[in-house]
Amino acid sequence: MRRENGGRIDRGTTLRFTFDGSEYTGHPGDTLASALLANGVRQVATSVKLGRPRGIVSAGGEEPSAVVQIEAPFPEPMLPATTVELYEGLVASSLPGQGRLATEPDPARYDAVHAHCDVLVVGAGPAGLAAARAAAGTGARVILADERSEPGGSLLGTHETITESEPDDVLGPQEVMPGAEWAAATTALLDGLPEVRVLRRTTVIGYYDDNYVVAVERRTNHLGAAAPADVARERVWRIRAKRVVLATGAHERSIAFAGNDLPGVMLAGSARAYANRYGVLPGERAVVFTANDSAYAAAFDLADAGAEIAAIVDVRPAPGAACAAGARERGIEVLTGHVVTAAQGDGQLSSVLAGRLRPEAEAAVGERELAADLLLVSGGWNPVVHLFSQAGGTLRYDEALGTIVPVACRQAVEAAGAAKGVFTLTGCLADGAEAGHRALEAALGTAVSERYTPPRATTETPTAPGTAFWLVPATDYGAHFVDPQRDVTVADVLRATGAGLRSVEHIKRYTTAGTAHDQGKTSGLLTTAIVAHALGASVGELGSTTFRAPYAPVSFAALAGRDRGSLHDPVRVTALHEWHVANGALFENVGQWKRPWYYPREGEDMEAAVLRECAAARQGVAAMDASTLGKIDVIGPDAAELLDRLYTNLMSSLAVGAIRYGVMCRPDGMVFDDGTVIRLAEDHFLVTTTTGNAAAVLDWMEEWLQTEWPTLRVHCTSVTEQWATVALVGPGSREVLAGLAPDLAVSAADFPFMTWREAEIAGLPARVCRISFSGELAYEINVTSWDGLRLWTAIMDTGLVTPYGTETMHVLRAEKGYPIVGQDTDGTVTPQDLGMAWVVSKKKPDFVGKRSFARADTARADRKQLVGLLPEDPGFLLPEGAHLVAGAELPEPPVPTLGHVTSSYRSAALGRTFALALVSGGQGRAGARLYAPVGGVLVPVTVTSHVLYDPEGARRDG
Amino acid sequence: MAERRSPAAAFAGRFETASASGALRLAELPFLTQLNVRVDPASLAADEVAGVLGAPLPTEPGTAVRSGELTVAWLGPDEWLVIAPEGFRYELLRKAVADGRGSVVDVSAQRTTLLVAGPRARDVLAHGCALDLHPSVFGPGRCAQTTLARTQVVLLPQQDGFLVLVRSSFAAYLAAWLLDAATEHLL
Amino acid sequence: MLLIPCPWCGPREEAEFHYGGQAHVAYPDDPSALSDEEWARYLFFRDNPKGRFAERWSHSAGCRRWFNAVRDTATNEIHAVYRVGEARPVTS
Repeated sequence: MRRENGGRIDRGTTLRFTFDGSEYTGHPGDTLASALLANGVRQVATSVKLGRPRGIVSAGGEEPSAVVQIEAPFPEPMLPATTVELYEGLVASSLPGQGRLATEPDPARYDAVHAHCDVLVVGAGPAGLAAARAAAGTGARVILADERSEPGGSLLGTHETITESEPDDVLGPQEVMPGAEWAAATTALLDGLPEVRVLRRTTVIGYYDDNYVVAVERRTNHLGAAAPADVARERVWRIRAKRVVLATGAHERSIAFAGNDLPGVMLAGSARAYANRYGVLPGERAVVFTANDSAYAAAFDLADAGAEIAAIVDVRPAPGAACAAGARERGIEVLTGHVVTAAQGDGQLSSVLAGRLRPEAEAAVGERELAADLLLVSGGWNPVVHLFSQAGGTLRYDEALGTIVPVACRQAVEAAGAAKGVFTLTGCLADGAEAGHRALEAALGTAVSERYTPPRATTETPTAPGTAFWLVPATDYGAHFVDPQRDVTVADVLRATGAGLRSVEHIKRYTTAGTAHDQGKTSGLLTTAIVAHALGASVGELGSTTFRAPYAPVSFAALAGRDRGSLHDPVRVTALHEWHVANGALFENVGQWKRPWYYPREGEDMEAAVLRECAAARQGVAAMDASTLGKIDVIGPDAAELLDRLYTNLMSSLAVGAIRYGVMCRPDGMVFDDGTVIRLAEDHFLVTTTTGNAAAVLDWMEEWLQTEWPTLRVHCTSVTEQWATVALVGPGSREVLAGLAPDLAVSAADFPFMTWREAEIAGLPARVCRISFSGELAYEINVTSWDGLRLWTAIMDTGLVTPYGTETMHVLRAEKGYPIVGQDTDGTVTPQDLGMAWVVSKKKPDFVGKRSFARADTARADRKQLVGLLPEDPGFLLPEGAHLVAGAELPEPPVPTLGHVTSSYRSAALGRTFALALVSGGQGRAGARLYAPVGGVLVPVTVTSHVLYDPEGARRDG
Repeated sequence: MAERRSPAAAFAGRFETASASGALRLAELPFLTQLNVRVDPASLAADEVAGVLGAPLPTEPGTAVRSGELTVAWLGPDEWLVIAPEGFRYELLRKAVADGRGSVVDVSAQRTTLLVAGPRARDVLAHGCALDLHPSVFGPGRCAQTTLARTQVVLLPQQDGFLVLVRSSFAAYLAAWLLDAATEHLL
Repeated sequence: MLLIPCPWCGPREEAEFHYGGQAHVAYPDDPSALSDEEWARYLFFRDNPKGRFAERWSHSAGCRRWFNAVRDTATNEIHAVYRVGEARPVTS
């Protein structure tokens, strides 16, 4: 029920919203929970397993019960109604414990930002505000993050007043002001400092190594349909802080008694916040059940706001003097030494049973029935130690406080205020200011004499010690809820301990207590206490379960941020990319590169296009964009020596002007990469690598140079993108080249195989290499990547050249038995396995991998070796990855495999299909028949040499 | 015959549109000369290189020096990037490191240079760069090799923004990313 | 996300680095003089302690220099970084 006045809501503006099909109104400043309570809605959810009605328990992110589905403007499941800010047009519905994911894509933007600061303060309650104020004084970089819409924390939900200790530039001369006003004034001051950032609606979700803290800011969620499309709805903040102050406050906890999950049962401090902050009375007639003094303040605020307090049931022998006096003044009956034995009602609370707590009795008996529609509960307060624990901090159970408090952490963090067990307002303000000042000095590495003196509470009421009271003894614990979100009761916990479980971690997993979306914020310690009770152990001995990130649920959309769609992973393109796109190429992903796959003409499918491109390369002239090959300049007097050590073959004997193919192995002797080595000068080589290994090969060279051979005088520099490379292939390629480079002597004698020339090609300075990855006469022409498109266009403008893509390149090389590292090899294949014993030097005393070739394992006769396969049906295309077996019938599983198909194509040149495969002892199986199980059929194939086309190498000179 | 083409040429129009509000200036600075210089900083060759460049090679990690139209950025303990106007002749530089004393490699087309400047430049980069870009720690005279979004870059802070040097094959990705990151800063 | 202090560039995000395994495992002077078992030890055997461990890192997205770090494998604290060729510092 809405109060006539009071609260931090804008009564002048009315917001319409819908819940479970009924229309209601609320005001700016409301949460969905406060607006529902204002409209008298008590049940807002149904429990997941037992189907019990559930209401609103808290006023914040610790909510263990009121989880709803947002239906409009965009569907979102499982949001605590206590954290949803009300907006015009909000449509929500109650949930039976589980929500529904949206079926349509989320249209909102989400982004991320990195931030750095001297001091990060988490939580903008009294301690956090004082800490931020103390840290920000000298121009330090400070971030203050708070999960609510408005800084102030507990000050917004109480009527506490404060006064400055000395004249202050925020408060002015000594003056008494409401805490909320001080919070607003302090926030305004912080907002005005250039190096301070106050993040509202920002939940710190994770605390990681080296003070890396991740927060999620909800920026436009509260605007509903009015949220601007171009503004990120949520933002992930990745913060590196020199020091962190955790002023995260405390969560009130419940007590286990029968029916404690009934709508109308609410945490006392939360009811107080509804009355004060939202101007809502969550009930008309309340009973208070407490083990400490703080619930009295709630009772008094509600009474003063017009609610009837039927009784205060206090388990202690006596409350604090001020509490007793306050109750007397208001005519409130206090039942000391009593407990609530049951909350009763049909769907919502209608009465409370209370009785005397008799330590000797097995169960407390309800002796009095008190009519009530609201039951305020306070079992005590738990410091919010989640982030401290995530940071690696240790915790201990404090017997006097009856709760867990932070102890120490190796990271540069400290807790302040209620988060470390300080529960008075003056104490929190002072503790926050001290922590903020300490953090500032530590971050700056110097003493700071200027010091902020925090204000103090004007009336600090004397408080009696609370008692850690967890469980109302009973004979049946089936409705004593520990974790309402998971429908876990005391009976379930006792079943776990009865089954022999002792560890709270095991019991958490066995019962699922604390595993729901709220991660047991209000129930975790209660669970431990019940276990302690059952085992006759102390709470401190058992400790809490581990706190893990995220502190609060985060949407996947926020975590994905802008890394979606085309920005999900970088797309690398060559200088010729625009031409490929304009000319209808289809693309293949090779690592992050987009490479033209094939260029279908109208009416062509892939098979037809590739056969045509292959035929052009074998019979005419064809060209491919080969720019993605890795290129490394290797320069220095010891360049040849470095290459001799890294390649299996000899590179130092290469003449200037010549080119050699080479293979690199890992020390274990397995093929790592292959490519060509071009000797540009005595002390200058250009090494090419496979497309996917460009970075890895450069790293490999640097690793050996820096860590093993630092005395070698050689430098390696990546020039992969300095050059655009066009492969010009086919018997007609010489003629095309001659036409483009009239000054270049192109005859086989003048420009032999495996040499290179500097030349002007189409008027562009170029380096031409006579190398071939197809077996045909071929050239690779390199120009700066700025000129790449001009070169390619000039080649295409001859009208003689067919562009081809990676698929044709693969077919052409496979016909020649040239392996692709990473496709025909997998890190278990030696050069000898590939039929390339010739590439392994016998002369060099050592090279990386050499020793491993002397191991017995690399000489095994049954190693998998590269072979060619011809399916007996020349039209049958073997699937890559297909296994190979010896017999025409499959034996019982496990079926021994002889190897697998690594490459498989249709060949225009061979007029049939063919494949490459790694086959056990393959080099000795030529002519043998093997079988490939494909789709339930054993397909017969014949093993051949892996070189299927032009084995004599007759075609390379054109 | 077609003109030569820089890696982010296709983004010129979108960069111009994004720069209209004044909050941000985005542009490609194409065809700059970039030279990768490797030399022992304690050697006579390094002195000769410094003589050619008109400035000593910066030996403090993460710093850059300007000498007239040249910028010399530290890339490693024996590695620098010289950024010079288009067409800069570097024969003298090559000579200074000849005879095995070091290397000079022309990498002008290996990376392109993007200008990200204006009042919101730092905010835009902060969406994808984990470095602290605050002028008190990363102002003119500094440089860094790091990652921006999902690609590697060389960052050079200027008076009014940053030069972002990016590998040519990643230029289109990074240009698209910058335009996307700028969205909210242009409202 | 660890902050790893590159001995050249200073503290940088872990994502800029490449891990290189145990430090101070030198390539043998003469591999051909080793028995198969000795060679296998070089190839395949590495320590895996709980606690302080000297390991190699490369600042691959930055200055591309390899260096060594003493990292506590249980807490991820890095107690020292030192350049290739330098002796492992005493970190107690």
